[in-house]
Amino acid sequence: MLPDPSLRILIVDESPVRAAILEEGLREAGYGNVMRVGERTDLLSRVYAIDPDVIIIDLEDPSRDVLEQMFQMSREVKRPIAMFVDQSDTSMIEAAIDAGVSAYVVGSLQKERVKPLLDLTISRFNAFARLRAELDHAKSALAERKLIDRAKGILMKAKGLDEEAAYQLMRRTAMNEKKRIAEIAQSIITAAEMLK
Amino acid sequence: MKNEKLRIGFIPLADAAALIIAADRGFLAAEGLDVELVREVSWSNVRDKLNIGLFDAAHLLAPVAIASSLGLGHVTVPIVALLNLALNGNAITVAPELYRALADAAEGDMADPRATAAALKKVVRSRGAAGGQPLTFGMPFPFSTHNYQLRFWMASGAVDPDEDVRLVVLPPPFMVESLQSGQVDAFCVGAPWNSVAVDLKIGHILHFSSEIMQRAAEKVLAVRGQWASEYPELVRKLVRAHARAAEFIEHPENLDEIAAILAAPNRVGVPAEAIRRTLSGRLMVSPDGTFRSSERYLLVGRFGAARPDPVQAAWLYAQMVRWGQAPLSRELLAAAKSVFRPDLYDAALGPPGTAPASEPADGIGAFGGPAFDPDDIEAYLNAWPIRRPLR
Repeated sequence: MLPDPSLRILIVDESPVRAAILEEGLREAGYGNVMRVGERTDLLSRVYAIDPDVIIIDLEDPSRDVLEQMFQMSREVKRPIAMFVDQSDTSMIEAAIDAGVSAYVVGSLQKERVKPLLDLTISRFNAFARLRAELDHAKSALAERKLIDRAKGILMKAKGLDEEAAYQLMRRTAMNEKKRIAEIAQSIITAAEMLK
Repeated sequence: MKNEKLRIGFIPLADAAALIIAADRGFLAAEGLDVELVREVSWSNVRDKLNIGLFDAAHLLAPVAIASSLGLGHVTVPIVALLNLALNGNAITVAPELYRALADAAEGDMADPRATAAALKKVVRSRGAAGGQPLTFGMPFPFSTHNYQLRFWMASGAVDPDEDVRLVVLPPPFMVESLQSGQVDAFCVGAPWNSVAVDLKIGHILHFSSEIMQRAAEKVLAVRGQWASEYPELVRKLVRAHARAAEFIEHPENLDEIAAILAAPNRVGVPAEAIRRTLSGRLMVSPDGTFRSSERYLLVGRFGAARPDPVQAAWLYAQMVRWGQAPLSRELLAAAKSVFRPDLYDAALGPPGTAPASEPADGIGAFGGPAFDPDDIEAYLNAWPIRRPLR
């Protein structure tokens, strides 16, 4: 089923980057009515004011409990339905939970109309998680590079080696001790600092 | 028999003590159970993950176990409460400004909920006359004892919780900052958040929830009904391990060890001192250093607290009816009662002893109104002038 451009979609997410990634994805897919709420102050009245058809919220956001107040029967408003209380589509539920997505469908919207939207949200959440993992990896690789350079400098000075020889010495030691070069570099730095 | 590791969800609160001690102090291992505790951020997550089978068991708000079984607000997933992890343990905390207004208006002892509820009525009336915003009270979940305790207290003073004030849901970790920023004027929440507000000098503990009712089922160890019938042996083991942990918690000589275990960052994650105060029922209630003690503040293993009591379930259902969350019917009442399973508890631990003489005759011991009658909820509810129309 094709995306439904008339749907009013609200993204509740404390992470502005992830919310932007999701919003962009939704707009590219043809959903023109996407709104975002980033902070939780007075969340419920903002939600009522925006009056969305679908609310997407990070599963790890404690404000999910705030949205539960929308289920109260005393309110004469369209009642929302949480996505995974309907146990008919287990693979969708598992994919959503793995990605950390929770969605509320307000009123009597048919599930088929929401399915492409939820699929897209799940893939964007996963893309964000991958991005973050890559960024963490890049950060730690950079940090390791710096450690190795520092240790190399220490070895060059202490043992009168050139850069290549200092690196080879660390590499050999790492292989013999079945450790990573960065760990050996850290030991050299620690030792050098103790011997200062 | 299920062989893999059991996953049990919990929210970081002091009333998860029996659950955490059962896991971390070896009571589950002694039953041959391998358990992973999963710390969660919302009651919605705990409920949903239990409902769809991602958790085998959970630390759950007692009213959520009933709401889920009755299909209130959500699809119907029958849940059973194997044991009470805690009775009571909540408190109502108010901002200093509201405390002063209540103290000025009160005729009688500020520790008496009758006096404070009557004072609240006066404060609400004068605010309304001055054209001020209604007072806002925070509580953690629509289906929560906190919600019902707040409502019970204010309605006894002729304050209508839906008309005269605003009740808003706030996740417990946000309560204190919301009180500080003036987003709410008061809240009802479990430990340690009330003490945190007093320590920061931004709140006064007005009442322990045990001053509003002496026995209220707060958190239960919940499993799906289907899971309970599939794994009867696991049910017995879970009940035994948690009942023993609950008993262990009641020995004062274990307090330091328990506080240290609960304080760990992946458990409740608050200073051990805050846990110790909570478990010993001695709380600083005012920024001026006044303390209040109650042996009923939080009940885990003593006074027969752990054994599930269908009267408690009926009382919670009656509150849902009173405040328009549930229609009134015999079938729903029977279904609510059958969520609490003393039979499973007794099957694991042997027949119960006699109830301690200290306990209220109707099993609830509310400070006002008629005694609770689990067999005639309609008459009980008709005795209250402030309630939503029966459906």
